[in-house]
Amino acid sequence: MRLTALIAPLCLALATLGAQPAMAQSGQPAGEDVVISEGVLRDLPIAIAPFQGPRGQEIAQVISANLERSGFFDPIDPAAFIQQNPGVDVEPQFAQWTQINAQTLLVGQVNVDGDGRLRVNFRLWDTVQQTQLLGFQFTSTPENWRRVAHKISDAVYQRLTGELGYFDTRIVFVAEDGRGPNRTTRLGVMDQDGFNPSYLPATDAIVMTPRFSSTHQRVTYMALGEDYTRIYLLDLETGRQESLGEFEGVVFAPRFSPDGRRIAFSLERGGNSDIYVMTLQGRQLTRLTSDPGIDTSPSFSPDGSRIVFNSDRGGRPRLYVMNADGSGQRPISSGSGNYHTPVWSPCGDMIAFTKQQGGRFHIGVMNASGGGERILSSSYYQEGPTWAPNGRYLMFFRGEAGESPHLWITDVTGRILRPAPYGGAASDPAWSPLLDPPAADFGGAVGASGGSCLAAGG
Amino acid sequence: MTTSPFKTTAIVVAAVAMIAAAGCTRRTPPPTPVDPGTPSQPTTPTGPSVPTGPVDGAVIPGSVRDFTINVGDRVYFDFDSYSIRSDASRVLAAQAGWLSRYPQVQIRIEGNADERGTREYNLALGARRAEAVRSFLIANGIPASRIDTISYGKERPIAFGSNEQAWAQNRNAHTTITGGAPQ
Repeated sequence: MRLTALIAPLCLALATLGAQPAMAQSGQPAGEDVVISEGVLRDLPIAIAPFQGPRGQEIAQVISANLERSGFFDPIDPAAFIQQNPGVDVEPQFAQWTQINAQTLLVGQVNVDGDGRLRVNFRLWDTVQQTQLLGFQFTSTPENWRRVAHKISDAVYQRLTGELGYFDTRIVFVAEDGRGPNRTTRLGVMDQDGFNPSYLPATDAIVMTPRFSSTHQRVTYMALGEDYTRIYLLDLETGRQESLGEFEGVVFAPRFSPDGRRIAFSLERGGNSDIYVMTLQGRQLTRLTSDPGIDTSPSFSPDGSRIVFNSDRGGRPRLYVMNADGSGQRPISSGSGNYHTPVWSPCGDMIAFTKQQGGRFHIGVMNASGGGERILSSSYYQEGPTWAPNGRYLMFFRGEAGESPHLWITDVTGRILRPAPYGGAASDPAWSPLLDPPAADFGGAVGASGGSCLAAGG
Repeated sequence: MTTSPFKTTAIVVAAVAMIAAAGCTRRTPPPTPVDPGTPSQPTTPTGPSVPTGPVDGAVIPGSVRDFTINVGDRVYFDFDSYSIRSDASRVLAAQAGWLSRYPQVQIRIEGNADERGTREYNLALGARRAEAVRSFLIANGIPASRIDTISYGKERPIAFGSNEQAWAQNRNAHTTITGGAPQ
């Protein structure tokens, strides 16, 4: 079986490792054991043993860095390990792991098959209960070893937090060079951990606001030339791109509908920006707002039934919600300050936004019905939050006065706030969906088929 | 053969199945070259009444330099506002007078915003500013067919800096001559 496209969900069977003779454990979740719940502020100590075999050490390092960045885990320094090179098919010396406070232990083994493919076995152990929490095997072409590490990270994250993982994902963003009048921009795509960045060549146009389709490896973005604005559709697999169409007036702020079949965007006519939606097949254009105020930054609810957007119709920029056909427009933000760039959570329960207040910019979240506002990050300038597919993390871009912007990550509780693992100047990040659905039921509140979110209805 | 720089290498984590093997193969379509889209060309100057080129660096009446130096090609706005200020209306009245004298000239009005706003909102704000200037010129006798507008939002600032002076310069509408006048 050789899978070559990211376009469709990966048709993936994955192996459950057989239990050890002494261990009558299946690879399936066990029951009450180590599960992180919200409100537990201590990070879970986890020992990630270097996987044995080729690339084994690097795979373990990628997993360790992923889990550490999530803010839920405290990977133990391998220098502290007492048991060296624990095998994947041998029961670990549990006492030697509990002695260094490793409540959980990940071990793995990489083998190279006859056709050159990597076969990676891994087991996650609860060292206190002395039970196996996970035992699976992935195979992959050798160059995809980082993706194997991300998928194992997702399995561990999901098993121990009960939430869907988010490591096997990519980020599309705008790479920035120079500042002010000398600024140039390129579209970039990288893994969520900043590796494997690649770029489209720079053109005379400024590229802005790339966004992923939720169902395809497809991106929409805006290009601003000297005498044109254009919304593009870019296929990441083929590199082919096309314009949404030629419009009279400025077009901007594109975003896909959840089914990937339509794009909502702003179209300006006679100085007035309104929100339209266009079908990709047939290019049918429908106007959703007609207020003389600015209407922009539309973002669909995950079920596609509603759109949150930005309007200054009430005298200053606020957030509004309408039905997907444009009916029922009403404000949802109630605080002072100026609200911008609302983005509906993939879970449906929250809306992330940018806020200007007190001469600074803030990233925050509020309930989708309004209220419950929480500010998560503040600085001289920041904007453009994008949700990780599990609805817990937000990436955005942030800078201080006179500096180029950089990518940052926070989470919905504000507990984590740190630069994203990409060193260059960058803006307008957009998080992809999981590149494949979860490969198996790794336990927790979500199952292999259980949507793309935290707990159901959460 | 060109390939997409974003293409993911042959994929993934297929898996050995000890439980069940789902056979499932997808073909990747052949890579095709990136078409970055061709910007439309600016209008070429035409018409018999076009003044001809500059001589010895002198400012030729009816030239782009004449417009920029003697009339003024940029007007400024207050924060989050698209009202034409009194200083701007004097400049725009002069622009309208000049454009009336040189009826073959085509212009593009580019609306700009300072950095204190989000990208998308500022594109809308810049469009409002461009339209405010366009409306002023039309009210002063310039045919709409001679005027294009665009918003650059905050993406093409003219001044560096994160202070009121730089912001004030970057909140503007710029009138660019796109045809009908020599440099």
